[in-house]
Amino acid sequence: MIPLIFGITLITFTVIHLTHRDLVGRETEPKETATYGDAVIEGTIGEPSTLIPMLAGDSASHSVAGMIFNGIVKYHTDLSVIGDLAESWTISSDGMVIVFRLKKGVKWADGVEFTADDVMFGYKTIIDEKTPTPYKEDYMQVKKFEVLDRYTFRVTYKKPFAPALTSWGNLVVLPKHLLEGKDITKSDFGRNPIGTGPYKLKKWVSGQEVVLDSNRSYFDGRPYIDRYIYRVIPDPATLFLELQAGGIDMMGLTPIQYTKQTDTDFFRKNFQKFRYPAFSYTYMGFNLRHPWFKDKRVRQAIAHAIDKSEIIDVVLFGLGSPATGPYVPNTWPYNPDVKKYEFDPGKAKRLLKEAGWEDTDGDGIIEKDGKPFQFTILTNMGNRLRINTATIIQWRLAKVGIKVEIRLLEWSTLINEFIDKRRFEAVILGWSIGLDPDQYDIWHSGKTREKEFNFVSYSNPLVDTLLEKGRRTFDIEERKKAYYKIQEILADDLPYVFLYVPDAIPIVHSRVKGIKPSPIGISYNLPKWYVPEKLQRYRIEP
Amino acid sequence: MVCAGKTPEIQNRALKMLTYLIKRLLEMIPTLFGITLLSFFIIHLAPGKPTDILTELNPKITPEARLKLEKYYGLDKPIIVQYGMWLKRIVKLDFGESFSGDRRPVMERIWDTKKPLLERRLFITFLINVLSMLIIFIIAVPVGIFSATHQYSLYDKITTTSVFIGFAIPSFWLALLLMMLFGVHLGWLPISGLKSMNYDSLTLMEKIWDRTLHLLLPVFVSSFGGLAGLSRYMRGSMLEVLRQDYVTTARAKGLSEKRVIYGHALRNALLPIITLLGLSVPGLIGGSVIFENIFGIPGMGQLFFMGVMTRDYPLIMGILTIGAILTLIGNLLADIGYMLADPRIRVK
Repeated sequence: MIPLIFGITLITFTVIHLTHRDLVGRETEPKETATYGDAVIEGTIGEPSTLIPMLAGDSASHSVAGMIFNGIVKYHTDLSVIGDLAESWTISSDGMVIVFRLKKGVKWADGVEFTADDVMFGYKTIIDEKTPTPYKEDYMQVKKFEVLDRYTFRVTYKKPFAPALTSWGNLVVLPKHLLEGKDITKSDFGRNPIGTGPYKLKKWVSGQEVVLDSNRSYFDGRPYIDRYIYRVIPDPATLFLELQAGGIDMMGLTPIQYTKQTDTDFFRKNFQKFRYPAFSYTYMGFNLRHPWFKDKRVRQAIAHAIDKSEIIDVVLFGLGSPATGPYVPNTWPYNPDVKKYEFDPGKAKRLLKEAGWEDTDGDGIIEKDGKPFQFTILTNMGNRLRINTATIIQWRLAKVGIKVEIRLLEWSTLINEFIDKRRFEAVILGWSIGLDPDQYDIWHSGKTREKEFNFVSYSNPLVDTLLEKGRRTFDIEERKKAYYKIQEILADDLPYVFLYVPDAIPIVHSRVKGIKPSPIGISYNLPKWYVPEKLQRYRIEP
Repeated sequence: MVCAGKTPEIQNRALKMLTYLIKRLLEMIPTLFGITLLSFFIIHLAPGKPTDILTELNPKITPEARLKLEKYYGLDKPIIVQYGMWLKRIVKLDFGESFSGDRRPVMERIWDTKKPLLERRLFITFLINVLSMLIIFIIAVPVGIFSATHQYSLYDKITTTSVFIGFAIPSFWLALLLMMLFGVHLGWLPISGLKSMNYDSLTLMEKIWDRTLHLLLPVFVSSFGGLAGLSRYMRGSMLEVLRQDYVTTARAKGLSEKRVIYGHALRNALLPIITLLGLSVPGLIGGSVIFENIFGIPGMGQLFFMGVMTRDYPLIMGILTIGAILTLIGNLLADIGYMLADPRIRVK
């Protein structure tokens, strides 16, 4: 789905967020002890901007809206696609037509029944010229949208488009009866949304908190936790102090908080920590138009000169895993058998020598045609993890005779003035990756115009074909083959040195039970979380 | 004769004052225009656009869609045209709509009339700043006077050192230490926010107490750093006055030291403070990005910071314009106050 870069707020302090995905689990049977009541307070540094999913660009908005709205489909914990508001669907053999059948009897929070007309309305709104949404693209591929009956609709595509299925998340589910004929950007629906989800908005105090109450008639069963509160605390240090003082029940930790600051009896007694790979990775990308980096051997030499496990140990306190390609380990598109670049400075030097780089004047820096090998790594200011990573790389590359400068830039300046204009030699950035493996926009050679995302100017005709193939078939085995091959090629071509996949490390108060960590995080089954009666802390008056 | 001559003189003076006021007010218009023009251009010079949060490095967005978004916010027009459009609205006192996701009017974000007074951003910042300014005055003025009358004494040295320490301590660091002590270890005070989670179920007295507890740390931290400036001003100004001939005269007359200082010297020493008061008017609504973020206080500083980070031009311009107007009014008030208090200025 959407590989958004995560900017200044690396590993945002909300627990996990994946666009288009809804947080509801289906299969977890509540245990005997599950009781209703209590409130859970999540601390977050960012405040939502609007609760209409299609208008929101920030993760805070999506994570709150995800509690209020459902998608047509959602991801299962094993990353397969399952129905959310949809009972079932069928895909035509050529992959061009999908027919969705919706669950019957689902109600909006105001009591009106949810039907296929609402999806039609949402679809029409998102493709409307006047709707300022960044998510139009997937829906522009739709040739025809037809409502067959109250609970059935059919979408026809211009070409087979594999990511199409998962695009039917919560972006296109809007209550027609409340919004028809209104301009959604002007209505106050974004601050007073009505959804079908497990929670509904009780109140939103700007800059302080968003309070959600459980939807007692939720179609998938009344959530156990009566109230869910997002407390907005912009300062991460304050957030952590609030956790200790009991002002919040859950937050995302930083590596040092996870390994050191929460390693006390107080935390062991009162909190539970979780750890799972985040859907993102950090990389060092080369500008492949730069003459030195055009040579594959140079890129491979640099990969051999960098010790990934050292970076993970030092920067992430061990809370991450080495990245070998653009997918997260243990997910279906991930290919474990690609070429790996073990840490080997000797080999790095040999490769550089082959490419003509050698220290001829004895100053410790290698040269070619009289020019010393010296380049600048750009990264964004304020991201401690990336800055530390750059520093370690600088030190390691110095050992093989490459002089590296590090330049920190404010986020907007970095993107607008340097990345977009291709004025860089190397960058350290991260991609937050979606659950669908389609990465056409990042690797296809046609996506190198300004503002497009193949900013390293990578071009390989075979990869182009495979990317095209991967997004045109729904057959998961066929797709897997294509993406496995792409990873093999990328590992050899090395347009990026893939560095690490950080772990998401949320912490939750120990009175909250029923949390089942999974590859897609912990929040997916939030309506099934509960607090045993004698441990309940807050009494909620309905 | 003497009595008859006084009336026209007073009238004359009032007239002079009035013309002066009108002149000053008229002068404010081009100044304000200049300020807004400069601000507008400077914020647009900064790299990035309000649409970046939606479009930046988001592979799902096509160049066409990005242009459409820019058009939607009017960013495709030349900057001077954009300024003209903004100006046209502003003369009607319309600050426009914020560029954030929910597109609320700028004024509603600053001063939401649908909400209780205590939850409007401008009021929250105003309240905290007025409280801390009061504390600063109550402490700094006596400290300054005492340091001046006891110049170079041990007391003077101790207070001088301590106010400078207060000035030098980074407020975010002090805030965190105090939060750890009072919030986590002792558990006496809340750490952040303006009210407790169970606020709605409290009685009126408990509500007032709850709010007071939440305000203690932020008000303390924001006044602590401000003590140094004012107390040093007070000390300096007092020292200068004490050197004047009329103070010597007063002492020579045999007045008690108390009357000399509080009856004669203090009044004159307070004059420069009027200017300081005038200058602090814009600060009352500006708020502080640092402590509002640390304490999670939804005030103007936080709003402005958010506005800048997301390049929310109408919001930034709205806050800057209000700030500029208040600065100009503050200056004017200070001048008027000066004229009223100091006959030497009035004569000119």
